[in-house]
Amino acid sequence: MNEPRLVAADLPAHGGVGVALRHESAHLHVAGEATYIDDMREARGTLHAAFGLSARAHARIGALDLAPVRAAPGVVAVLTAADIPGANNVGAVLHDDPILADGEVQYLGQPLFLVLAETVDQARRAARLAQVDYQELPAILTVEEALARGSFVLPTVTLERGDAQAAIARAPHRLKGALDIGGQEHFYLEGQIAYALPREDGGMLVYNSTQHPGEAQARIAHALGVELHRVAVECRRMGGGFGGKETQGTLPAAAAAIAARHTGRPVKLRYDRDDDMLITGKRHNFRVEYEVGFDGAGSILGLDFVFASQCGFSADLSGPVNDRAVMHADNAYFLPHVRIVSHRCRTHTQSNTAFRGFGGPQGMVAIETVIEAIARHLGLDPLAVRRANFYGPGRDVTPYAMQVEDFVADRLCDEVAKSSDYGARRAAIRAWNAASPVIKRGIALTPVKFGISFTSTFFNQAAALVHVYAADGTVLLNHGGTEMGQGLFTKVAQVVAQEFGIDVDRVRVSASDTARVPNASATAASSGSDLNGMAAQAAAREIKARLVAFAAERFGVAPEAVRFAGNAVEVGDVQRLSFAELVNLAYHGRVQLWASGFYRTPKIHYDPKTLRGRPFYYFAYGAAVSEVAIDTLTGETKCLRVDILHDVGRSLNPAIDLGQVEGGFVQGAGWLTSEELRWSDAGALQTHAPSTYKIPVASDVPADFRARLWSRGENVEESVHGSKAVGEPPLMLAISVFLAIRDAVAAAGDGRREPRLDAPATPEAVLRAVEALRAGGETQGGGA
Amino acid sequence: MKRIVEVTINGERHELALEPYRSLLDVLRNDVGLTGTKKGCDVGDCGACTVLLDGKPVNSCLVLGVEVGGSEILTIEGLQRGPERLHPLQDAFMRHGAAQCGFCTPGFLMMASALLDENPAPTEEEIRFGIAGNICRCTGYTKIVAAIQAAARDKAEGKA
Repeated sequence: MNEPRLVAADLPAHGGVGVALRHESAHLHVAGEATYIDDMREARGTLHAAFGLSARAHARIGALDLAPVRAAPGVVAVLTAADIPGANNVGAVLHDDPILADGEVQYLGQPLFLVLAETVDQARRAARLAQVDYQELPAILTVEEALARGSFVLPTVTLERGDAQAAIARAPHRLKGALDIGGQEHFYLEGQIAYALPREDGGMLVYNSTQHPGEAQARIAHALGVELHRVAVECRRMGGGFGGKETQGTLPAAAAAIAARHTGRPVKLRYDRDDDMLITGKRHNFRVEYEVGFDGAGSILGLDFVFASQCGFSADLSGPVNDRAVMHADNAYFLPHVRIVSHRCRTHTQSNTAFRGFGGPQGMVAIETVIEAIARHLGLDPLAVRRANFYGPGRDVTPYAMQVEDFVADRLCDEVAKSSDYGARRAAIRAWNAASPVIKRGIALTPVKFGISFTSTFFNQAAALVHVYAADGTVLLNHGGTEMGQGLFTKVAQVVAQEFGIDVDRVRVSASDTARVPNASATAASSGSDLNGMAAQAAAREIKARLVAFAAERFGVAPEAVRFAGNAVEVGDVQRLSFAELVNLAYHGRVQLWASGFYRTPKIHYDPKTLRGRPFYYFAYGAAVSEVAIDTLTGETKCLRVDILHDVGRSLNPAIDLGQVEGGFVQGAGWLTSEELRWSDAGALQTHAPSTYKIPVASDVPADFRARLWSRGENVEESVHGSKAVGEPPLMLAISVFLAIRDAVAAAGDGRREPRLDAPATPEAVLRAVEALRAGGETQGGGA
Repeated sequence: MKRIVEVTINGERHELALEPYRSLLDVLRNDVGLTGTKKGCDVGDCGACTVLLDGKPVNSCLVLGVEVGGSEILTIEGLQRGPERLHPLQDAFMRHGAAQCGFCTPGFLMMASALLDENPAPTEEEIRFGIAGNICRCTGYTKIVAAIQAAARDKAEGKA
């Protein structure tokens, strides 16, 4: 058993694995010295680029008159699709994402041409001067329209086990309902950016804020029509990613590279914030319909889900995102008879993409909403219904045929129910609501079970390079992962420091660079430290083994007698020397002091055709209790208290992990309560700045916020030092906030009828739901 | 038509020739080379570009460069009290893990320093509302609030 995960308020700079170390760049962050791409000193002759964007959702381009753009002050060149030497595509899966629209625009905001000018301001002003003849075509802007017209980016997928409809028909209780779940803008604080510098002999160096430098490298090379070995992509850090730079950082990179090749000058392309929000895809919004049959204890006997997501104009990552939604529609519950239909709707809007959770959150909101509806229908505590449905012995196989071997959601729920005093507080809230006509309160306790691994099995590989410098024994580490604030570089450095028994500040991590580690997977799917930590560990162990063999021979001891700790190496009783001294001796003994490491996740396999297999190496778990109050006259909501217990296995760095838990939760709460995306009837995104798109700020976070890492966390699978992935899972803890609001809204009625409250639960949505419920009219679903 | 503006930035006099439409943020980043101040939204809603203008916090993207003639500006680069001496807030942000991606951090530090100048012993609620003009997308704010509280305490106890 681990020690309790107490995080000191004083993070040290030294230590190995399991220590709450500060972020490797903390000293740079606080001094304003951490360099993001837009901060780099510009090379001589740098040009600035800006896209000209489509002003229509769907249109044929009759004529594109760029003469006024070319004539504008400072403009050096204007590029269209015809100027792209190679492939006009940045689509990661299907080749359906043009860099510049060619003859037809497919969403309002789509890049149509690229202006290059001496200054950013000149480029942006000139981009507005184009005369575009749009011949409008019918635009599909919503999921409903897409379903009605059979408009899909990918074929519909159905996952089925048993006979859901028959089980529902036989069940003593039945409910039907629907739920709309909104999308979410990433709002990484650093917007999309790339800076391309032409190099000799057809080479191109691109600094790109991207979670997937290798993908950017490939798309740039194809767009330029050159071999991959001529293109290098580098990223030291991102100012946030959240999935928004998994594929969609590639567009500015390819465009900047094309422009740099065209002009022979360095080109920087940084999206203005409004442009960023207009151009890039978001979290998929979902329409969910359900039909469920259950017994008197709330046990689900049959469940039928129909999911329809808005994918936007191209496929991007919509296939795997929607697959993951399907694979998380069980969350922590055994579904004996189940059918999940997943429609992937094509619309003339931004191409929706990866966002922390990658479809999982939408699937989980769906099932958790069903659980609460069952509880309300039966007049049971939702926690009792959850317990009645948990995975357990004899009921431990997911709808996609994976056995759940590490289930701890039940224990987490029990512990957080106890520590948060859930039962007593629910009773107190019931009493409060009975006496309070205007302010209603609500509470919800929800678990999270999140599958860890890329569902595309081949992505589950990583490589690292470890160099030890003979002159001073310092270590340089490079791996294929990218740093976006999640602390990956810190954790992997800790792993390497631990192997060598040296302080972590003796290990430096260099920028992600396709010229150092090739074919690296995206830093995504929460897998960064799992994959890169193991690869770096393998490299460090190889060097260590050589050092051990050298020391054993040199000092005439058994290899087991050579120990690394405290920046020193003990060679039996014979010698004690510093790590640097041993390294220097080994160098003179002609020992190779660098190594590469490689890791591929074992055990996993998955057939995307049948949606069956073992897509996940293990599951990460958590549980949260949220309490809210709503004002039934204004719809205003306030989150009063949150208790979180989250399982990160044996934490590599409790400070960083707790930061992920808190930050993920708040981001999830924003998604489900305040962050609302609105498009006009013409398909224009109306919420394209933080002035109209409400992101949580410090005063929105509950003052009573108690997040803890689970002290009993273990990983039953062999992972890096027994840790578990932490990037995405905590976001879904915020489902408890949404369901607590639904609970409070239901209390505005008779407490038994199901409110029709969609996500996000904005004040407007809450007010509508309260009024509908009090009017006794529309409710979602009806018993049978 | 450029105008000449004389301004003190981090204690140093600058004479700048500026087009009247350029924001203080762009002037700081591009003309003065102080890139610690970040451009997040450029419309005054995220707070990443917060600097102190004559001691008061402003979104530098909403201030024109030509407006600041004769003023004193403090940016993140000037917050430090010496080559090896961090401002207590910088130290507290590091110790509390208040930065993840770090992009919003300079803006938060400038806003928090203005807050503590005005109110050396703020309550937690005053801190939460004091920094409500700044967006952090990574941390959930808990560690930022804790760091500001700690810095206020350290200042009060004369540790910093």
